[in-house]
Amino acid sequence: MGLESMLVVGAVIFFIGLYGALTKRNAIVVLMCLELMFNAVNITAVALSRYVLPRAAADSAGAIGDAARLVLTGQVFSVFIITVAAAEVALGLAIVIALFRGRETVFVTDASEMKH
Amino acid sequence: MRDGTNVHHLQSSATGGQGGDGGRPDGRGGWSGAVQLGAGTEASLLIDIVFWALAVSSIVAALAVVMLRDVFRAALFLVVALLGAAGLFVLMRAEFLAVVQVLIYVGAISVLIIFAVVTTRDVEQGSPFNRLKVPALVIAGLLLASVIFVVFSTDWILLEDSVAGGQLSGAAAGEIERVYDNTIPGIAGLLITDYVLAFEIASVVLLAAVVGALAILRRR
Repeated sequence: MGLESMLVVGAVIFFIGLYGALTKRNAIVVLMCLELMFNAVNITAVALSRYVLPRAAADSAGAIGDAARLVLTGQVFSVFIITVAAAEVALGLAIVIALFRGRETVFVTDASEMKH
Repeated sequence: MRDGTNVHHLQSSATGGQGGDGGRPDGRGGWSGAVQLGAGTEASLLIDIVFWALAVSSIVAALAVVMLRDVFRAALFLVVALLGAAGLFVLMRAEFLAVVQVLIYVGAISVLIIFAVVTTRDVEQGSPFNRLKVPALVIAGLLLASVIFVVFSTDWILLEDSVAGGQLSGAAAGEIERVYDNTIPGIAGLLITDYVLAFEIASVVLLAAVVGALAILRRR
């Protein structure tokens, strides 16, 4: 376990999610794949802040300044990503359910009246 | 995998440079945190096993989300993938994020998704693929390969190497160790100082999302 393995796990999950978001027709599954991608980004952000020393801190010869700022920034980013993901999924599912009420479908290929 | 000499280095440099609170020669096994930073003891085998179990289960569950035709089962596998990510957070000493992940993703978002799945249960076909299956697979595979190449070819400045090599003093290592002992005050401090604007905007975003969802779903 280390930086590279965590980053590879994050990348694999991200691109599985990307593949699903590009290919699935059911809008709910597309939203689930978006959640997978958000989650992979979280893993990557936390891994980078856990294992990597910023170059500025490495060059400053031992003086790191605020240690919390140095090692927790990735976790704070993840908190914001989780917040935005929660808002996104709430709105997305509301749109899906509104689509289902109006058109009796949840397939993104059927919701194409704005196409032409 | 770091070898045992790293830990030794870390311990000597950290305890040698302490100015009072730099090192933590406590009663419970000496440098409990340094073992984590160096990860070169017998505990690291167990940690490796846990890591591989979590990583493989997350990836398999993510694949199942994409591959299964039954939307309900896909939603359940999404829960498994999110729980695996929570476990990875614990391994990376982000316990607060792991708890938040379980509360928000596993608790709230998955319930919302399952609710939507059940509401749209009349759709018979499940979750089929569209015509872009092969091009999307090629694009995602190529991007994944290039990202993995970049990950392995980048010359990362690792925290533990810097501590072991002496670029970071023992006092700095002890400071970092103290932050990781309890991350919640650190995260809270950053949220209300450096990122206070983003914090306020996030609350506006959540309010807008709630109002928007209600406005979309209101029956007229």
